[in-house]
Amino acid sequence: MNNTETVKNSLKKRYAREKRFQLYGRMAVWTGFIFLAILLFDIITKATPAFQATEIFLDIPLDPVTLELQADTQLDEETLRAIDYAGLIKKSLRQAFPEVKKRKDKKLLYKLVSSGAEFKLRDMVINNPQLIGNKPLSLWVLADDDVDTFYKLETVTSRIKEQQIGFIDKLKQDDRIRTSFNTTFFTHSDSREPEQAGIRGALMGSFWTLLVTLLISLPVGIAAAVYLEEFAPQNKFTDFIEININNLAAVPSIVFGLLGLAVFINFFGIPRSAPLIGGLVLSLMTLPTIIISSRAALKSVPPSIKEAALGLGASHMQTVFHHVLPLAMPGILTGAIIGMAQALGETAPLLMIGMVAFIVDVPGGFLDSATVLPVQIYLWSDSPERAFTALTAATILVLLGFLAVMNAIAIYLRKHFERRW
Amino acid sequence: MNASALIFIIIGLSLISYFSGRHRASVSAKSQTLIALPKHYGYMTAIWSGLPALLLIILWAMFKPAYLHEQIIQSLPASVILQAQDQLDLYVNSINLAIENGEPVEDPIMQKAMESYQVADSNSKWILTTLVFVIGLSGIIFSLTGALTKVQARVKVEKVIRIFLMLCSAVAIVTTIGIVLSVLFEALRFFEAVSFFDFVFGTTWSPQTAIRVDQVGSSGSFGAIPLFVGTILISLIALIIAVPIGLLSAIYLSEYASAKFRAIAKPALEVLAGIPTVVYGFFAALTVAPFIRDVGQSIGLTVASESALAAGIVMGVMIIPFVSSLSDDVINAVPQAMRDGSLGLGATQSETIKQVIIPAALPGIVGGVLLAASRAIGETMIVVMAAGLSAKLTANPLEAVTTVTVQIVTLLTGDQEFDSPKTLAAFALGLMLFVTTLVLNVFALHIVRKYREQYE
Repeated sequence: MNNTETVKNSLKKRYAREKRFQLYGRMAVWTGFIFLAILLFDIITKATPAFQATEIFLDIPLDPVTLELQADTQLDEETLRAIDYAGLIKKSLRQAFPEVKKRKDKKLLYKLVSSGAEFKLRDMVINNPQLIGNKPLSLWVLADDDVDTFYKLETVTSRIKEQQIGFIDKLKQDDRIRTSFNTTFFTHSDSREPEQAGIRGALMGSFWTLLVTLLISLPVGIAAAVYLEEFAPQNKFTDFIEININNLAAVPSIVFGLLGLAVFINFFGIPRSAPLIGGLVLSLMTLPTIIISSRAALKSVPPSIKEAALGLGASHMQTVFHHVLPLAMPGILTGAIIGMAQALGETAPLLMIGMVAFIVDVPGGFLDSATVLPVQIYLWSDSPERAFTALTAATILVLLGFLAVMNAIAIYLRKHFERRW
Repeated sequence: MNASALIFIIIGLSLISYFSGRHRASVSAKSQTLIALPKHYGYMTAIWSGLPALLLIILWAMFKPAYLHEQIIQSLPASVILQAQDQLDLYVNSINLAIENGEPVEDPIMQKAMESYQVADSNSKWILTTLVFVIGLSGIIFSLTGALTKVQARVKVEKVIRIFLMLCSAVAIVTTIGIVLSVLFEALRFFEAVSFFDFVFGTTWSPQTAIRVDQVGSSGSFGAIPLFVGTILISLIALIIAVPIGLLSAIYLSEYASAKFRAIAKPALEVLAGIPTVVYGFFAALTVAPFIRDVGQSIGLTVASESALAAGIVMGVMIIPFVSSLSDDVINAVPQAMRDGSLGLGATQSETIKQVIIPAALPGIVGGVLLAASRAIGETMIVVMAAGLSAKLTANPLEAVTTVTVQIVTLLTGDQEFDSPKTLAAFALGLMLFVTTLVLNVFALHIVRKYREQYE
């Protein structure tokens, strides 16, 4: 057998191997896609219930006799505040279910309605005292989270009792229970009760933190990039800076949290949990990203432009700030947006500096205690209530939405403003 | 006057200085040729009025607490100072608290200390305000003299800007030094309490230290071996997932795929890298871990609900794009001539890839894998949410293990004294983490750079 024949005989095998190899490659790519698809599908299905809230229709008796008000009582705020609104809601529930007599059953009945309902009722009455009269007030109030989960998903869990299912069935027959768009999720802050919990506080916290990050990392990052790209002499010091930047880009984010804890909180005494310190830590983290991308953008400006400016008598500084930097700006901003997107999704270092606290108030500035979207996700994912899982997934969707928008802006900037020379 | 008011004054004085300098220069420009533009003179005088004053305020803000503390100590009688250090600290603290809250105190010693504090405080504020005004006005006065236009204003201004730019780029160095110092100092304090060898070679990790002396069963033991093993186990699982998938997809996308498919597939894979880690953690803890547990149960295996496998798989998915984009770079860097040579000799495309391209790109690929490993080791949120807390020394991926990063987070997020060995242990772990990832990164970057030089 000569060589040609050996080759010819082996050909079939070799081609099969070729095909197989190509298939492996294709499979690898598709595995990546499938993982991505499963991840997104899983989160979207988990999140959908959170955008709906279950409400129960109540006729709340607001006649003066029930409220134990004398005819001549002034309806000032103090009087109105003192009314037992929880009792009114319980009474209206008893009226809706007159057949419920046992104490235990009554307790279960009261649990149908969210504990936040009384505050809603109180605010309504205080804002509009004319509601008090012989006509009962008809009102949709939020259902408790266990009822909510049961009603939306129609799965029976241990948290809902048989009697309660009976109540819900009756409400359904009377058309007294419905689902509507969950506005609470966007207008309220964190709460122990899932049906009253929202992301507004975390959203504002993220806003303030990112604002600090942007205000620090963008100017410092651009200045550093300009120096390294245009002015830095070739020496050991410059090399050292570059080595440091490259290494910082690969330092685990949690180490930046340790830095923030030891230096900013314990040494400089910046208050814990504040957007200021979160922003400081995140800007140190995003600086390498911004510096590296800004340098690439500055490098891509052709030398002919620089030479023309220098030739016309501009100083080096003028050349850079009047000509090179403006031309590199779209590229720099693209990098900055990508850096900000990273900062928006970052969680680990913020856990170290106390941004994990349970915070009910919406932060109004750099020094208020705050939490951010990813940390809110982390906090809620730990909660045992099933309704919090849906809220977590919904918050993830909001976060991913912001990231998608930011990246889309970056891509748009790159496509439309970045000039190819 | 407080600091923010002073800063506004400085800004105001600089602005006046700027306009006065510019005006003066443009007036003299009518009679003589200037060496710089009028606005440069404005910038120069503004910097003169503002910058030293600003630096002064920053210096003052840094040294003020120590100075005022010294004033309080000096006002105290010897009987108080001669107390034990911690009692003295407590005493000074209560004085500080009283000053902060503006409460009247009974103790005459305290009253005296508060008085001397207030005198020192108001005196220093006066001195500071005067200095700010003197500096600011000196700039304005200078801008009015004839000497102004003899200075090379542009050169001076550009020098200041250049120094500013350099300082900004030195932030990177300061950050690194800050990380090293903060982690190192706390770690050294930890090693005073717990010996270094017990930490690195100990096999039991239970950081609960006794709060009371007579407490039983919580002596606190800080053997970090279980944490290292757990970290390595989860990272290995992640690499087993990510390296083949990432490498094969990089090969497919750069060697086989059509330009059109590549243009869609590459960014789509990179979406995986853009998803925040907390989202992966949620996915791992609530979907993958229960799924693996159920599958394991159905085939008769006992799988922990927080198994290392779940965290590892999800972490692997996260670093797929990392491996694939790094491998893509090195595969593209292999010269076309080597491909052509191999194909010309009759090798099939897969043979060319396996026998020519991969060996040629191997150093770069190894570098990429090392970078991916360093990322897996330092990854926090996935393991915090999906891996366990119990430090078990095991290599079984179906059991719950804990990692270095998980322990750092748990040690530091509870309410804890800052000086207890428990919190200091977190910094020792942080030091280990930092050193390990640093070595991996430096080594990997070195390999990648060397490899690049080979083909340039």
